[in-house]
Amino acid sequence: MNDALLRELVPAVIAVLVRRGANFASAEDAVQEALVSALASWPEDPPRDPKGWLITAAWRKVLDEIRAGSSRRARELAVHAEPPSGPVQDADDTLQLYFLCAHPSLPPASAVALTLRAVGGLTTEQIAAAYLVPEATMAQRISRAKRRIAGQPLDRAGDLGTVLRVLYLLFNEGYGGDVDLAAEAIRITRQLAALADEPEVSGLLALMLLHHARRASRTGPGGRLVPLGEQDRATWDTALIAEGVGLLQAALARDRLGQYQAQAAIAALHADAPAAEETDWVQIVEWYDELVRLADSPVVRLNRAVAVGEADGPRAGLAAIAELDPGVPRYAAVAAHLHERAGDLTRAADLYAEAARTAASAPERDHCVRQAARVRQLGAASRRSARDPSG
Amino acid sequence: MKYLLLKHYRGGPQPHHSYPPMDRWTPEEVDAHIGFMRDFAARLEGTGEYVDGQALAPDGAFVRYDGEGRAPVVDGPFAETKDLIAGWMIIDVESWDRAVELAGELSAAPGPGGEPIHEWLEVRPFLTAPPTISE
Repeated sequence: MNDALLRELVPAVIAVLVRRGANFASAEDAVQEALVSALASWPEDPPRDPKGWLITAAWRKVLDEIRAGSSRRARELAVHAEPPSGPVQDADDTLQLYFLCAHPSLPPASAVALTLRAVGGLTTEQIAAAYLVPEATMAQRISRAKRRIAGQPLDRAGDLGTVLRVLYLLFNEGYGGDVDLAAEAIRITRQLAALADEPEVSGLLALMLLHHARRASRTGPGGRLVPLGEQDRATWDTALIAEGVGLLQAALARDRLGQYQAQAAIAALHADAPAAEETDWVQIVEWYDELVRLADSPVVRLNRAVAVGEADGPRAGLAAIAELDPGVPRYAAVAAHLHERAGDLTRAADLYAEAARTAASAPERDHCVRQAARVRQLGAASRRSARDPSG
Repeated sequence: MKYLLLKHYRGGPQPHHSYPPMDRWTPEEVDAHIGFMRDFAARLEGTGEYVDGQALAPDGAFVRYDGEGRAPVVDGPFAETKDLIAGWMIIDVESWDRAVELAGELSAAPGPGGEPIHEWLEVRPFLTAPPTISE
């Protein structure tokens, strides 16, 4: 059994322990401990029934903890000797874990960390490595999160929207560190799709797959950022694209549109274009209009302006960003691109330099510096040829 | 022994020579500079001397306590502050001399025309934990 299969068992095992009467916090701790032992001992000595092994090992830890302190015993509820069980209930209980880990009272970073551990089955060490923080810090973040949601009933349907937001966040910061968070986000969202038959879950999964398919082309030598228009489309993963498009079409057919389906539709239109010049920008603008209606935000409007600039020309794009707050992330970079296409190279170069100063990541900063340098060179060349039309 | 190599946007001794900001270089010069920095870090990982490196955005602010029940005082960002840290690299090396040698190499990152920029880097030793045997 590989690590990924082992990790998939984690939420179901936590659910079993909770059903036997353990509270969520101690069940989650116990399963984490059992998971760490399993990762150490299974390669040498694999159990015949992995799930049974985990339940037994984790349950023993729960009982040990209860015996360890009489003060604690008061807080533990009665422990059922013979837990009821069945596949349907298993699935429902596992789904409850998703809701709990994405509870609205949790700060986003804590919800993501807790989701990775209790639903994703990652160890604290792996989560800490992914976020480049010390393991002790991550352990504290997770236990504080668990304290915050202590007492939340596990038997109430939560808001699927909060779960999807957490998974989206997890996917979005997914390209860095030793643990592949984007792949984990996809894996967890797949699990969720098997539990919750909702178009928006499919939409989010499709969105992830369609972006993941382009992953290899997103960075060039030395980690430099390659913008969508310059990506080598031959490296896009056609199997992932096909899966994403299939999921999206099935979701759209159910006629309950949501923001993730709309975003996935935009990603699908990009994936569908054999070359950047063949992109159906008119249809992309229409999907952005849907997105503004479904989930309006300055970032969505900025991205819409980019699409408008492609569909109707840079002047139209500039008119669209004129209504936005220049403080929106990436505003300067978008403005620079539109001014360059409109032929104002000096303005474009200055805006790219400003975009570099305000960039939120090093690759983005380096990209904007390069763009500024490139546009200044273009500007100098065009000034030279203007002075000397013969040359 | 750990040392901090501090890179400044501004500040430090008189620059060796003046050169335009990076967005006025050619794209090839920008690439060469970034590539040099990356290769340097990769080489130090290879020798077991690299610990960490981070870049900082130029905009920030000074903040201080302003008394019980009051919001902290925030001053800045300062567009014209004299000293502005751009980022750092932490190295773990045998000696001060080795730290200086490496800082010298890092300072030779290429700029316009492929010429080293001779950038001043600040080298600061970390204070360590007290030794176990103290007498």
